[in-house]
Amino acid sequence: MKEQIGTNEGGLIARILAGEKELFHELIRPYERMVYLTLFSIIKNETDAEDGAQEAIINAYRHLTSFRGDAKFSTWLTTIAINEGRKRLRKSKGAAEQSIEEQEEGHEGDYTPAPLTDWREIPLAALERKELREALRIAVAELPDIYRQVFTLRDLEELNIEETAQALGINPGAVKVRLHRARIMLQKRLVPFLKTTAPARKRFFGRAL
Amino acid sequence: MKLDCKHVWEHISEYIDNTVDAKLREEIERHLEHCEICSAILDSTRNILVLTADDRTFELPVGYSERLHERLKEEIEKS
Repeated sequence: MKEQIGTNEGGLIARILAGEKELFHELIRPYERMVYLTLFSIIKNETDAEDGAQEAIINAYRHLTSFRGDAKFSTWLTTIAINEGRKRLRKSKGAAEQSIEEQEEGHEGDYTPAPLTDWREIPLAALERKELREALRIAVAELPDIYRQVFTLRDLEELNIEETAQALGINPGAVKVRLHRARIMLQKRLVPFLKTTAPARKRFFGRAL
Repeated sequence: MKLDCKHVWEHISEYIDNTVDAKLREEIERHLEHCEICSAILDSTRNILVLTADDRTFELPVGYSERLHERLKEEIEKS
């Protein structure tokens, strides 16, 4: 037989459902990072995101029989993670607040990138700097929710437009708009950090220039 | 048609994802050849995406995987 059952995802799932339950560890390993980041993009708190990630993965295990091969496993799992995150968010925010799913991207706002001068002089090594990573983490955390979630699924977890749309229950056009705005907002936020890579400034008449 | 900078910015995300049509792509590329501002914006946006996809930028809590598999083990044993 040419088909190697168990070496691909579909085969792995079939074996788990047939009783080799412990193989679920193996199935989930490539996705555990993704599940955590999805939760974190929604609840923005490490401990709660970890609890939620565990819960989502346990849920996926319990409901594996309902997984249909017509969607990708990663998309199915992401949907479970998003639902878990939203449930937790609703609980923590209380019923008084507006529904988080009702947010939509408006047309207001300035989504133009920040121009850079002397860009060519910036060494690639600048990307290795810790404070740049830190600045990016903060900037992503501060994006409005609907933008952060699309950005996380697309650029962090590398789902495609279609999968992102499916997981979030929005249309692909909205994914593109939100992604564009998220990227531009981040570019704008990070330009000052990308610019401050020049070597130590010389002092002039005792004053820093 | 000659593109202005603003027009390029509007499509920068789609350009990065390679979802603009061939004609627009060509126009954007022609613009980028002579426009340093737009080239820098494109470069910096790409750098941000590279940094985002780097596992060291968004780290998992220490011990996350171990705790997850421990909990999963319990779940599997009782199921």
